[in-house]
Amino acid sequence: MSNELLISLILLVPLLVAGAVLALNSIPDVREAATLVGACALFILCTVLAIRTGSGQEIALESPDIALGLTFAFKLEPLGAMFAMIASGLWILNSLYSIGYMRGSRERNQTRFYVCFGLALFGAMGVAMAGNLFTLFVFYEVLTLSTYPLVAHKGDENARRGARIYLLTLLGTSIGFLLMAVVWTFAIAGNLDFVEGGLLAGKVGPALGSVLLLLFAFGVGKAALMPFHFWLPNAMVAPTPVSALLHAVAVVKAGVFTILKVSVYIFGLDLLSALPGTEIVMWVGCFTIVVASLIALTKDNLKARLAYSTVSQLSYVTVGAMLANTAGASGAALQIAMHAMAKITLFMCAGAIYVATGKTEISQMRGLGRRMPIVFTCFLIASLSIIGVPPLGGSWAKYELMQGAVDADHIYVVYVLIASTLLNVAYLLPIALLGLMPPNADTLEVAGFKRPGGAPFLTVLPLAITAIGCFVLFFGVDVISDFISPVFGARP
Amino acid sequence: MLIDVLSLLPESWVRHLPVLVVLGPMLLSPICAAMPKWRIAWALALFGIITSSVFAFALLQDVMAHGRISYALGGWAPPLGIEFAADMLNAPVLVLVSVIGVLATIFAMPTIVQDINEEKRSLFLSAYLLCFAGLMGVAITGDAFNLFVFLEISSISTYVLVAIGGSRDRRAFTAAYNYLIMGSLGATFYVIGIGFLYAATGTLNMADMASRIPEVADSKTIHAGFAFIVAGLALKAAMFPLHQWLPNAYTYSPSFVTVFLSATATKVAFYALVRLLFSVFSPELEFQQVVFTWVLAPMAAVAAIACSFQAVFQTNIKRMLAYSSVAQVGYMLMGLSLASAAGLSASMFHMINHALMKGALFMAVAGVVMSLGSSQLKDFAGVARKAPWTATALGISALSLVGVPLTAGFLSKVALFQAALMQDWWWAVVVLAISSVLAVLYVGRMLETVFFKTPGPAQLQVKEAPLMLLIPLWVLALGSIYFGLDASFITSLTDGAANVAFSGGQP
Repeated sequence: MSNELLISLILLVPLLVAGAVLALNSIPDVREAATLVGACALFILCTVLAIRTGSGQEIALESPDIALGLTFAFKLEPLGAMFAMIASGLWILNSLYSIGYMRGSRERNQTRFYVCFGLALFGAMGVAMAGNLFTLFVFYEVLTLSTYPLVAHKGDENARRGARIYLLTLLGTSIGFLLMAVVWTFAIAGNLDFVEGGLLAGKVGPALGSVLLLLFAFGVGKAALMPFHFWLPNAMVAPTPVSALLHAVAVVKAGVFTILKVSVYIFGLDLLSALPGTEIVMWVGCFTIVVASLIALTKDNLKARLAYSTVSQLSYVTVGAMLANTAGASGAALQIAMHAMAKITLFMCAGAIYVATGKTEISQMRGLGRRMPIVFTCFLIASLSIIGVPPLGGSWAKYELMQGAVDADHIYVVYVLIASTLLNVAYLLPIALLGLMPPNADTLEVAGFKRPGGAPFLTVLPLAITAIGCFVLFFGVDVISDFISPVFGARP
Repeated sequence: MLIDVLSLLPESWVRHLPVLVVLGPMLLSPICAAMPKWRIAWALALFGIITSSVFAFALLQDVMAHGRISYALGGWAPPLGIEFAADMLNAPVLVLVSVIGVLATIFAMPTIVQDINEEKRSLFLSAYLLCFAGLMGVAITGDAFNLFVFLEISSISTYVLVAIGGSRDRRAFTAAYNYLIMGSLGATFYVIGIGFLYAATGTLNMADMASRIPEVADSKTIHAGFAFIVAGLALKAAMFPLHQWLPNAYTYSPSFVTVFLSATATKVAFYALVRLLFSVFSPELEFQQVVFTWVLAPMAAVAAIACSFQAVFQTNIKRMLAYSSVAQVGYMLMGLSLASAAGLSASMFHMINHALMKGALFMAVAGVVMSLGSSQLKDFAGVARKAPWTATALGISALSLVGVPLTAGFLSKVALFQAALMQDWWWAVVVLAISSVLAVLYVGRMLETVFFKTPGPAQLQVKEAPLMLLIPLWVLALGSIYFGLDASFITSLTDGAANVAFSGGQP
């Protein structure tokens, strides 16, 4: 298969899935099979793509000029290939999970749900493979718009309100800031290609560069940098599979991926480390890490707590990119992978608990682990990975980030990371531990199952796999870091 | 271009193309009025406008191949005789107006049955043809006074078209009257301005005027003429704060009239403004630069923000779109006041896109109103469930209005941004960005209502719009997507137009 065909197929498969799901509206079993087959096919294609990228092949596809010298261009580099693999691989597991969840909780409009999922993956693949900033922006917006119906899925006033905030924040920041940054970059550099060493390197002074950097950092609303983080907790009105794949993986990771990609290929690490704006973004990132964790502590609703935890963890990536050295940036890249695996597990656990018992508040879950041991064990494993305990994947990302902070002489970042770890312990561990403890002494009553038989098998299987994945990532980290190391070059 | 229309036409027709684009509809208009059966009148109108659009395409191809074409009306040589002149600046406008005209005429079939009393339909179509001919005439003429004549032909018939809505909603009468007063003021200002220019230059031919103005540019006469012309045409183009006639006229006229006017009338007036400012006057003139920087650009900025803001608070969906139109005119004026080739090209680009999307939006709204009977936003709750095709086209065009990637509106907005950045007009970029965010607000509110609100009993009675409405609607909606993926055709036209405006067509 030629490389051009490979790129086209990767874009086409999610669209075909969306079309097939729409056509198979009336036969739910075949409809779900179409999603699963499509997801597996996409993952295989992305694996091939990643292998070819790893072997140093030039994989690119460019459309003719569409207007004003802009083109749709796709060009693979290790970061994008990694992101594509994560999103497509987790799509398979999440589709299994969706089937169990959506049927278990008897959701309506399931066809629309799967169609939008396909479109969202189309957006995510486009973001992953984008070869210039214009293409990246276009697919970034595709991702925003295709996920809006998913957030508004329930259709009641509350869901519509959440979805409205979601859409307005993401579109508002991207049109208000990001688009301006993109066009400005275009005006300065004359093109929007991702260039090794940075497109803007040597073309902007410290003041202009800083302004651009701030526009990028806040324009990418999906990276959930404070004060533009509130869409994420609001997006939690969506069904849990959406929160799991999109608001722990595809959408938010597309945001921080954009930040990382802009840092490496538009600014370049050399220019970035010389800009005063970098420092500002780093402060905001550190602030977000700590404050979002503190807010998470106050939330009793499980999904809300996980959402704030995501806000906090996303800023790890932003801070890592702003450290602008090899260790920092590769820590950021690792964090994308590690956090994706752990956080999707946590969300799937939250969903499984909800389907089985209807419980959404943490305080009601005491002792529940006795009834659902697998779910709560997996929750514990994933929590430990987020906290950064070996032998779980999350520890490497944190280690690299700290290394990067020391290299860059930003010791306060190390303290922020340590504080964040302690906060992680405080807001994540009690959930799993209390769940596995005996129920309250005075009532001695565990909440019963709302659904006879507890969580459907299809909701438990995927989260068990991703929990094991957290271990696998710890031991397989060499493969990933070797794969992405060419991106950052050999810098001191 | 897909088909070489030019080679299909007989040689003797090709020579007369400039006048043919106007002639058909104008001659058919009185015949239409005499038709006892309105369906025959409709068929005649459709026929006349289709021929016009074929001629307009042929003319565009001719101009692209051979450059400026001058046509002496009645054989009286310009500058004394009236000249029709086609170049890259107006040929695309002719194509735009006539293509929208064809689509709007198809759209008229199902809607005028509802909106207009049987005995008035033939007369209505006659007035429509006259309006169409007037707009084409404004675009093709090379004579400044003749432009006024065509402007009045189109305006007076427009007042009639708006007022016909009065048989359903009596507020259309006041809207039409208001429009009549304002429109006449605009036309009078324009003709006074032409009078001053005639006094100073002694000619009415635009090309001739352009060559004589520089010698007398510093006279009070020219300055006064310039001011009158800009004010007059800006009123016609609904420039803030001269836009007060527009929201009522769009809201209360029959839906067909709203579609046609929103997609053509302000566009043609905008073209006339461009023609006068760039080909008769020149952006190099000192007083013109002052007006650009201190009058047009600030007004455009205020329009883009204030009218978007007003749109957010409208409860009637047609009125909301009308305010959005005024804001979008602000975008185009912003591009124009940059006084650069890139700016002008971007604003023409936006003008074409805006015609596509606003035409489609008003069509889709009309399609829902047909079976719903109300154009209040709150009554549109969940209509997507019963009319998915209409609603989807509405959604696509609305996204183009916001400037979402993969739609045409995005590319023209980027072009405007880029043109503003070339001149370091940061504030203009900020203004357009704020206005876009406001557009997200009002468009988002509309889409949320249409797609996600729970429909009530009245909404469940909504039916899909008839096929005759869906076809033109989807042509426009798909156009917005197609030109969002590949706008090289439009940009080649608008770049050509900007080239004409700045260097008289010399490459």
